[in-house]
Amino acid sequence: MGPEILRDISFQLPEGSFQFLSGPSGAGKTSLLRLLFMSLKPTRGLITVFGKDRARITRRDLPLIRRRIGVVFQDFRLLDHLTTFENVALPLRVRGREEASYRADVNELLTWVGLGERMHVLPPVLSGGEKQRAAIARALIEQPQILLADEPTGNVDPPLARRLLRLFIELNRLGTAVVIATHDVNLMEQVEARRMVLANGRLDVYD
Amino acid sequence: MTEVVPGPPPKAGKKHMKVAPMPGQGGTARRRKPMPIVPPQNVAGNAMVLVIAIMTFLSCLTLGAVTLVRDTAATWQNEIAREATVQVKPAEGFDITIALDQAVAIAREFDGVRSATIVDDAATVRLLEPWLGTGVDLDELPVPRLVTITIDPDNPPDFAAMREAITQNVPYATLDDHRTWVDRLVAMARTTVLIGVSVLILMLSATILTVVFATRGAMSGNGHVIEVLHFVGAEAGFIARQFRSHFLATGMKGAATGGVLATLVFLGFSWWSSRNLATPEGDQAAALFGNFAIGIAGYAGVGVIVIAVSILTAATTHITVVSYLNDLDTTPSDG
Repeated sequence: MGPEILRDISFQLPEGSFQFLSGPSGAGKTSLLRLLFMSLKPTRGLITVFGKDRARITRRDLPLIRRRIGVVFQDFRLLDHLTTFENVALPLRVRGREEASYRADVNELLTWVGLGERMHVLPPVLSGGEKQRAAIARALIEQPQILLADEPTGNVDPPLARRLLRLFIELNRLGTAVVIATHDVNLMEQVEARRMVLANGRLDVYD
Repeated sequence: MTEVVPGPPPKAGKKHMKVAPMPGQGGTARRRKPMPIVPPQNVAGNAMVLVIAIMTFLSCLTLGAVTLVRDTAATWQNEIAREATVQVKPAEGFDITIALDQAVAIAREFDGVRSATIVDDAATVRLLEPWLGTGVDLDELPVPRLVTITIDPDNPPDFAAMREAITQNVPYATLDDHRTWVDRLVAMARTTVLIGVSVLILMLSATILTVVFATRGAMSGNGHVIEVLHFVGAEAGFIARQFRSHFLATGMKGAATGGVLATLVFLGFSWWSSRNLATPEGDQAAALFGNFAIGIAGYAGVGVIVIAVSILTAATTHITVVSYLNDLDTTPSDG
């Protein structure tokens, strides 16, 4: 077992809330997001997700709960052999839905994130910003109750970062709780939002 | 660049939602078959097909060779077991012809004897010709005489009783049921088949290991796909099914290629063997292998190997995906 990355942390993500998770590189932001996404088990302590104790959630139930949580990965994690449309539609496809049943929804979402003209393009030819938006669209397609975004503006220029931030705010207005992990101070200064700061394995929350 | 946030996000998933297509773009999602979730064949996949084809081919050849040896060994045993011989030694003042007739009569009384024939003078002379040359006068030489008894291999006579009857009633006669030869041949045939089966087991073990490692190698490039599917909420069964069917098809492609090639080799040898009947080459091969033809068991074995290799590929894929998914939820974070 490696060193303890996070300890004595206690917080709650209220429904429909908006917060930044910040801290220096290596502070444990990604680990905390992974804990929230249940792709990492805590060595000790209690995590309750949608009212359920993480330790009691079975492997079988995990996919169902994960569908209520959208994740935007720092490195996008788009599948290079699938088009933008297919990447964004992936969460619906893995549920066994027919393309005809979701085609219009995916088209509209892609248009909303500004990728309407790039939906049949493969990720390798997309720019960093376009990939980021495709990854965000994929996280939103199932209208998650929580959106976890890991450095969503880490690979884009400031104007695009501001646009992406507006996109998250818009999403939050519609009721999705948003957690943005970032160490971009400029980005955080643009919005009055709850800040969760990680340092030395501890978490300070500034409401 | 276009404005990123033109308004509130669409209610994705709501069936009543109206679509606002982009000019010349939206709503034109091409009606084509969606791309498979598992990436199409790459270099590792092609290498896997090749490796599986080669190993299946070699396994099928080994199996064919073993069935050939087994059939040949069975033929050796049968042909020897079909005959027994009574030998009557000459002696002073002893009419060997009467003794031979007696031996034939006694032999014919036993169940399981199809025929008993005296090897006549001419045949005996021909038998001795390589050693004594032509023009041998049997009356001048004390040459033992033979009675050939053809027996029913499925219902052999009681050799012990026959031996006793012949030795008691016919002076100077002995019965040779070729038991020593048969025993030696059976031992040799069994050893040959045992060696063949051992080689086959080694070959199949090598095939299993190679198929497992080739499949794992081809799968290793797909870790990111498993990860993404896992994180977008795909169930383990769904992910495993996608990869299993993909690699089952790949494995079947390789195994079928190897199996078809091996079958062609068998058919080629059979054809060659039938064309060379009664030629020196053909006789040589026939002396070694009997009729050089792989039986139904050989061809059925090829089918079984092809199916087993394909199933093995699918099973390896399934296990690899499941263990990868198990690792995913327990690996430590990088920060």
